[in-house]
Amino acid sequence: MFLCSHFILTQPVTFLVKHQQRCQEMEFAELIKTPRVDGVVLRRPFLPTVEGTLCLTGHHLILSSRQDNTEELWLLHANIDAIEKRFVGSLGTIIVKCKDLRVIQLDIPGMEECLNIASSIEVLSTLDSVSLMYPFFYRPMFQVIEDGWKSFLPEDAFKDLESMTEEWRLSDVNKDYSVCSSYPPLVAVPKDVDDDTLRKAAAFRHGGRFPVLSYYHKKNGMVMMRSGQPLTGTNGRRCKEDEKLINATLRAGKRGYIIDTRTVSVAQQAKARGGGFESEANYPQWRRIHKAIERSSILQESLIKLVEACNDQSHSMDRWLSKLEASNWQTHVKEILTTACLAAQCIDREGASVLVHGTEGTDSTLQVTSLAQIILDPACRTIQGFQALVEREWLQAGHPFQQRCSQSAYSNSKPRCEAPVFLLFLDCVWQILRQFPCSFQFSQHFLVLLFEHTYASQFGTFMGNSASERSKLNLSQKTVSLWSWVNRPQEVERLSNPLYEANCLVIWPSVAPQSLLLWEGVFLRWKRSSRCLDEAYDEMVHIIQYNNKELQNKVNNLRRQLAQLETEEPLLQTP
Amino acid sequence: MDHVEQVRLLERFSNKSTSGTLHLTATHLIFVESNNTATTILHHHIASVEKLSLTTSGCPLVIQCRNFRVVHFVVQRERDCHDIYSSLLRLLRPVSYDELYAFSYNPKQNEQQREEGWQLIDLGAEFERMGVPCDRWQLTDVNRDYKICETYPRDLYVPITASKPIIVGSSKFRSKGRFPVLTYFYQEKKAAVCRCSQPLSGFSARCLEDESMLQAISKANHNSRFVYVMDTRPKLNAMANRAAGKGYENEDNYSNIRFQFVGIENIHVMRTSLQKLLEVVGSRFLSVNDYLLGLESCGWLRHVKAVVDAAIFLTKAVTVEGASVLVHCSDGWDRTAQVCSLGALLMDPYYRTIKGFMVLIEKDWISFGHKFADRCDQLDGDPKEVSPVFTQFLECVWQLTEQFPQAFEFSEWLLLQIHEHVHSCQYGNFLANNQRRREELQLGDRTHSLWAFLLREQQNYLNPAYCPTYADTHPVLEPSTLPCHFKFWRNMYHQFDRSMHPRQSVLKNVLTLKESNCQLEDTIKDLETVNFSTVFLIEEEEEVGEEVTECCSDTERTVEGSSGTERKESYSDLQGTYGAKAEPAVVSLEFGVARMTC
Repeated sequence: MFLCSHFILTQPVTFLVKHQQRCQEMEFAELIKTPRVDGVVLRRPFLPTVEGTLCLTGHHLILSSRQDNTEELWLLHANIDAIEKRFVGSLGTIIVKCKDLRVIQLDIPGMEECLNIASSIEVLSTLDSVSLMYPFFYRPMFQVIEDGWKSFLPEDAFKDLESMTEEWRLSDVNKDYSVCSSYPPLVAVPKDVDDDTLRKAAAFRHGGRFPVLSYYHKKNGMVMMRSGQPLTGTNGRRCKEDEKLINATLRAGKRGYIIDTRTVSVAQQAKARGGGFESEANYPQWRRIHKAIERSSILQESLIKLVEACNDQSHSMDRWLSKLEASNWQTHVKEILTTACLAAQCIDREGASVLVHGTEGTDSTLQVTSLAQIILDPACRTIQGFQALVEREWLQAGHPFQQRCSQSAYSNSKPRCEAPVFLLFLDCVWQILRQFPCSFQFSQHFLVLLFEHTYASQFGTFMGNSASERSKLNLSQKTVSLWSWVNRPQEVERLSNPLYEANCLVIWPSVAPQSLLLWEGVFLRWKRSSRCLDEAYDEMVHIIQYNNKELQNKVNNLRRQLAQLETEEPLLQTP
Repeated sequence: MDHVEQVRLLERFSNKSTSGTLHLTATHLIFVESNNTATTILHHHIASVEKLSLTTSGCPLVIQCRNFRVVHFVVQRERDCHDIYSSLLRLLRPVSYDELYAFSYNPKQNEQQREEGWQLIDLGAEFERMGVPCDRWQLTDVNRDYKICETYPRDLYVPITASKPIIVGSSKFRSKGRFPVLTYFYQEKKAAVCRCSQPLSGFSARCLEDESMLQAISKANHNSRFVYVMDTRPKLNAMANRAAGKGYENEDNYSNIRFQFVGIENIHVMRTSLQKLLEVVGSRFLSVNDYLLGLESCGWLRHVKAVVDAAIFLTKAVTVEGASVLVHCSDGWDRTAQVCSLGALLMDPYYRTIKGFMVLIEKDWISFGHKFADRCDQLDGDPKEVSPVFTQFLECVWQLTEQFPQAFEFSEWLLLQIHEHVHSCQYGNFLANNQRRREELQLGDRTHSLWAFLLREQQNYLNPAYCPTYADTHPVLEPSTLPCHFKFWRNMYHQFDRSMHPRQSVLKNVLTLKESNCQLEDTIKDLETVNFSTVFLIEEEEEVGEEVTECCSDTERTVEGSSGTERKESYSDLQGTYGAKAEPAVVSLEFGVARMTC
């Protein structure tokens, strides 16, 4: 179980004071009406109640009993999704609901203090100004061995591709983000297609997201591409350059599949708003398949309902099952996994190339392309490879993390662009991990960690909505990358799956409802102490490591000793 | 007719099929595929055979098994299909015990081994382990000849103060003569768990001896001034029983009792519920919503939770309050057995070991007369008597093993294997409805014991995460009763639907590693001795080395079952490492054929 963010636990209490001083010099000072209150009682899941001093800083809510034996609470304001106030006499209570779905309670003596604290938290947790966000203030307390901002450069990824095929090139047509604001400066496109064609195709695609390479299947040379919807509109506009671009990815005589993540009717409706889909007539070499992954606003509602169901204290089985059903969460998981399997199947089984898109091409499209790669490509199942996948298919590909993750399941304000698109992806990965527990180098801890950091983090990795926004914010200079933290040896070890054995095969998950489980590690995490599950897990890790390290080493050492004795012995034995 | 060729076996959840030859033996139905893999089904496992209407590809035959396997054959010629169908109908309805497999099953054991197998579990010793007889509880010989109650065992434990007339009087006032007796003694608080059947109270009848009996139970425990009486039925059912001269204890007549209904439904509700569940999860192209709605409407998990809730109530009363509890339902052999045994499992770590779990089943289920023959439909009988009460108990245990992964010495494979054999009629343990009948059938002389077989194979059923010291810190388990912690038991109800299971098994992997750890430890010991005594036994070292590599590569764990190879195969599929064969597995039917829309 992790509490708050990781570095937080390692910070000494004295740091608190310095931190406060620094904050007071800044704009936060006026937002914090009461910086500290004594005698506050903290109640949180699975930990004993603590009484201590509550401090508010620009970025943290801190509660410390100033005793060595109790754990301090360091909560990022950014992690706070909603608060509730209650009063009994002069005793105020603030219920803090976090984006990682934890709920904690603070009992604060004094009505005024309580009101002040509550209003400060409300303001501090909803600051709009990006430049005030914590990653800009955070200084790592660990030594950065490898700068995560430089770990996954598109140029490096392309080098791998170049070693496999010469049919693709890296285009810098988007180097100033003018062709597509949500694309990175460098994208992989068919070699025979020039930048001018790309520009024209971009004008025909939603958000300028012209078809680009997402994945190259080494086994048979088939590819997966992704894009935004074509802007055919009601009168069936076409674009020769777009047709040329995607046809250039087909081998002679081969047909490809276009996987539209929307249902036919949704895609039809999109025409009225200038969008649409590729018609058979204009794209005769492609067969179109429609799937039904929901739009992001529906996903957010689903998350809210699911979390509500999980927090229901009722002991009625019927109520639980009907609420779980009504949330539709597992349906989304199944739909996304099914579509990803379909894409993977087209590529691996049918030997056909695939183009995936929905409407914008920044949500369901990325869920499908990234999951298909997990299924097809063993490299994506390693710790490094998974980071590269997230970097490539989510961050570089322009998933608007900041918009999608600014609120979580408890927020009272009306969702605008919030949606658990990435969380659903992680849930799907977890489902596959459950079914192939030995084929992933990482454990579910890694997935939970990513979930936490997309919603609130000291690292800059998930800030901004696109590569262009991140470059404007100069994140790589001003903030620390999550990958810098993750790729330190001790963290890699913590996130590793002890059962991992490289499996070079394609892994087909079962998507039967009976095979899909509720992700307890996220949704029931605060309902019941996972201590016995964790201990059982540790025991297994122990068995495995004891085997791999200690015993094997010991046997090898003894063998070696024996071999040495063998060579010495003849001298003794020969008379 | 002994075999039919060119039969196709359709996969349950996809469009795939394999063809092969169908053989029918005296005890088994065997389907041999062209590549020689065989699916073997014991006749006793077959719950129903259905001949569907003729199709262009042949005549379909659907066989449903009690271990939840469903096989769908297509036989080319209708005549053949009809022959198989009618042979099966004849074979799967044995009318006398002598026809059961247990009497012909011969596992190549000598007489001594067989006898030893039956002596493995000794209930007298078990009561001694609990600390009974003691100064408050004694062994009574009233039922030595099954005179007082023919569905109880011979040896019964009652309060010292309960005299023979009290016992006899009380038994006359209870359904089927099942008077209150001790089933578990919680030594720490000297609190007793007793069981019985409903009183014949009707609307007003009372029985002084029965009242004295409860008084005696209460008096035997100095920790508490009262004894809980748990009626495991819903109140409405219990009240309805009064009209038939049965019913429940009137608190006014019994001094010092606290009466409580806990509301577990009856065998008919449970039967229908599981049937519905199986219908839901058996449908192809099941959507998540239909699945969850089906889980809800069939009520199965609600019933499972009700049983666990009742066991928790019992456990709390005994361990926290130190009160004695009397548990009953109508006849005291279904819900009562569930609640008493599950409660004991929560209270006493011994029952969470492999041997202890067998003792528990032997005590609360077999000896106290759970009607296995009727409930599991061993002989052609009344279909209304059939009910998955024991299956439900096993599921409750499974739910607990999921919540407390370190507390149980056994993994779910033990539960599945026991379930398999409760229906296989291959061993004598579960045959017939009560001990008296078992003695008449001379099962101890004529059949083999399942427990001996399971204990011999016990390394297959070990839970690698089991921590024996867990019992010291958690002697009493306190499970969560939140509905979200109850799960659908896929490995039970889809045991044979391979495409639904994880393709790699953590359990199996860790077990193998653990075994290899032991072997490596031995190797180290050997090597150390060799090293100390210097070189002179070089060959031996090499031998040891070979041994180790062999053990490490021995990744195929097989669990022998009633039905030979197929069993092995299905287990190794579920447990096996899939390193090499992950690929061709089925994804889902939906894109077996990618649906094109344009």
